[in-house]
Amino acid sequence: MSKTILLSAVAAVAILAAQPAMAKTLKWANDGDVNSMDPYARNETFLLSFMSNIYEPLVRRDKNLKVEPALATEWTQTAPDTWRFKLREDVKFHDGAPFTADDVVFSYQRATGPGSNIPTKLASVKEVRKIDDHTVEFVTNGPNPILLEEISDWYIMDKEWSEANNATQAADLTKNEETYASRNANGTGPFMLQDRQPDVKTVLVPNPNWWDEPEHNLTEVVFSRIGNDATRVAALLSGEIDMIYTVPPQDVERIRRTPGLRIVEGPELRTIFLGFDQTRDELLESSVKGKNPFKDPKVREAFYRAIDMDAIKSKVMRGASAPVGTMIGEGINGYTDELGERYPHDVELARKLLAEAGYADGFEVGLDCPNDRYVNDEAICQAVASMLARVGVKVNLNAQTRSKYFAKILGPAYDTSFYMLGWTPSTYDAHNALYNLVASRGDDKGSQGLFNVGGYSNPRVDELTAAILSETDADKRDAMIQEALTIHKEEFGHIPLHQQTVVWAARDNVDLVQLADNYFPLRFVRLQ
Amino acid sequence: MIAFIVQRLVQSVIVMLTVAFVAFALFNFVGDPIANVVGQDTSLEDRAKLRESLGLNDPFVVQFARFVGRAAQGEFGLSYQHARPVDELILERMPATLELSFVAALLALLIGVPMGVYTGLHRRGSLSRLLMTVSLIGVSLPTFLIGILLILVFSVQLGWLPSFGRGPTVDLGWWQTGLLTSEGLKALILPAVTLGLFQMTLIMRLVRAEMLEVLRTDYIKFARARGLTNRAVNFGHALKNTMVPVITITGLQLGSIIAFSIITETVFQWPGMGLLFIQAVLFADIPVMAAYLVLMAFFFVVINLIVDLLYYVVDPRLRIDRGTAAGHGH
Repeated sequence: MSKTILLSAVAAVAILAAQPAMAKTLKWANDGDVNSMDPYARNETFLLSFMSNIYEPLVRRDKNLKVEPALATEWTQTAPDTWRFKLREDVKFHDGAPFTADDVVFSYQRATGPGSNIPTKLASVKEVRKIDDHTVEFVTNGPNPILLEEISDWYIMDKEWSEANNATQAADLTKNEETYASRNANGTGPFMLQDRQPDVKTVLVPNPNWWDEPEHNLTEVVFSRIGNDATRVAALLSGEIDMIYTVPPQDVERIRRTPGLRIVEGPELRTIFLGFDQTRDELLESSVKGKNPFKDPKVREAFYRAIDMDAIKSKVMRGASAPVGTMIGEGINGYTDELGERYPHDVELARKLLAEAGYADGFEVGLDCPNDRYVNDEAICQAVASMLARVGVKVNLNAQTRSKYFAKILGPAYDTSFYMLGWTPSTYDAHNALYNLVASRGDDKGSQGLFNVGGYSNPRVDELTAAILSETDADKRDAMIQEALTIHKEEFGHIPLHQQTVVWAARDNVDLVQLADNYFPLRFVRLQ
Repeated sequence: MIAFIVQRLVQSVIVMLTVAFVAFALFNFVGDPIANVVGQDTSLEDRAKLRESLGLNDPFVVQFARFVGRAAQGEFGLSYQHARPVDELILERMPATLELSFVAALLALLIGVPMGVYTGLHRRGSLSRLLMTVSLIGVSLPTFLIGILLILVFSVQLGWLPSFGRGPTVDLGWWQTGLLTSEGLKALILPAVTLGLFQMTLIMRLVRAEMLEVLRTDYIKFARARGLTNRAVNFGHALKNTMVPVITITGLQLGSIIAFSIITETVFQWPGMGLLFIQAVLFADIPVMAAYLVLMAFFFVVINLIVDLLYYVVDPRLRIDRGTAAGHGH
């Protein structure tokens, strides 16, 4: 008996002793670099996903995207518009400085200050107050039921470190200097930045003093940028890289067939859709003069019915998409299968509707489309053009690079008649999509309807959107979301197409968790 | 001589100004950088403010003038994409591009010239025919395809050489070199071959054609008649006389190698200026594009200057001409 214990003790010691010697280096690559090490520099998925390994929010998301405590251990709503957070004690930044309420207040100021690109995450917050060293209070502009959702990728920075390094502001492009925080980082997260060579490689090592129990077994993480699709896949095939984040669609099958490699895929939260100009009295790019055919819901429905999403899924997307019938995808709060169900494809009905609207012979219209933004974006638009040709609509496709495309279709010009766009609600909640895409465009100052490029407008939807923002009763709120999205669906305000699929590729010995928001948290990675 | 160099340098300033002017005229067509810079839910007002403060609303002539004014003070602005000073970014990337370009050019010369001499001397040899056929491939295949093929064979199939990147670099204080580590050298092989292949075949074909030409001339016949060794005739007389066009072409091609390393750098993710430029184009990163184009113009002018100076070294007639011309007081 005692011998067994002794033996297992010896074995345990041997394993413990052996562990540090076993280097577990994860090498992974993406087509784009993390543009900055400053967590407030960009509001984009890849940067926020990468920085979540180094910096941490007050509340983070678990493997199912549910909010869970991180730097805050508990929270209560002391008033409808006041949230009190208890901060985790004994947390240290990578440089050894303690994490306190001052850092939270500082991070709020920095994130809402000049140069920051994430102020909208905190747009509903009026003030952040320090109560004591480990308690803070958030005061919102009116009740905000989704505050936690909104701040789950707002990362806390160290006040002392930022001040000491003259980095109390995010980068200001109009000045001729770089901020220290864009190439250095000092967070509380599971990994520490060891080496940063922009566009070449970024090396992370585990944080030995992390407050949480590490689930990963990595000793080092090397991230490289490989922009060229063929080279990136070649590096995976040759074994130089263990995991690639953006997989070119044409190489998916090849990787799947290669022994030792696998494709990891799942539906993404982003929804791709088409929109119509419903504002102008005459379309900018159309053969119809003197009136705007898209103001007629019948024409919008005809376009919807003419597009065969099953064909696009199988032929263009090679199965890597989930057709959807509403502006939000599965995984976003507010989504229901009923909303997500598409109206059936029906060419006959489409022709009939066009005839009823007075366009029996069809008409001509321009379609704006990016060619380097979404998966197969240009190919989808080409497919749509040929499907619409079957009902007599001649589509003049203008597919161009995203810098040109966004400059054309976005405000203030909104220079388009018919366009493609994709959207991921950054709060994982339907309100974000309603507010940005569906609600009426406001004046230039507000951001309501900023991405409602076609100018769809329905007063009831606007009313609901405003009410959803402050409704704290979850059931009532949900009912309002259903109502708003149902109105929009029945009026064919846009044509939702599909949810893209997140496609990653990895070696078989890499255990990882793929989140539907396309985040790749290293804290769940295990190397066999 | 000094006057000649000074005159050329003055010309280079004019060339750079012209390039910058054309560049700014074209930047109207690269798209709007603002949408790339700001977060998706930035309000229109904030976007307009940023566009205004970056001076993107000004007519291109004004933007050009501002660029020249600031460049004269050594300020090239902040990259929209990297939020770092452009001059710093470019200087950081320059060693990678220059090392790659010079190794590629060296490779092209050291292999191209002997191959050209050999095929010129042994016109009907089977090896010559083989080399000529292979060189056709080098001339006709596009760079990116050669790069991908090399990666497929040497990285994926054989696993000998890395498919991307520059390997570890050694910091010499003002120059990050990849030439001092074995991994760095290994990483250099595929991109250098890809980049140099076209120039190599070009040089080979050029030297061969010139050699055939020169070998027919009388002084070669006389040299042989004097009983000089083959070696002395072929290299001392024939090859030396083929060098003027070879130097011209190589020099001009070196400029092209540096400027067009863009494609090779993209394929191999080589962290040089070309890669920086191509990313800047996609991002509509105007400050980086402007500085890069002006720098390339400068390189071309300097390389041409060096080529002109080299003529003096290899061709004694030029020295005499100029000497007598100066003597006549022109």
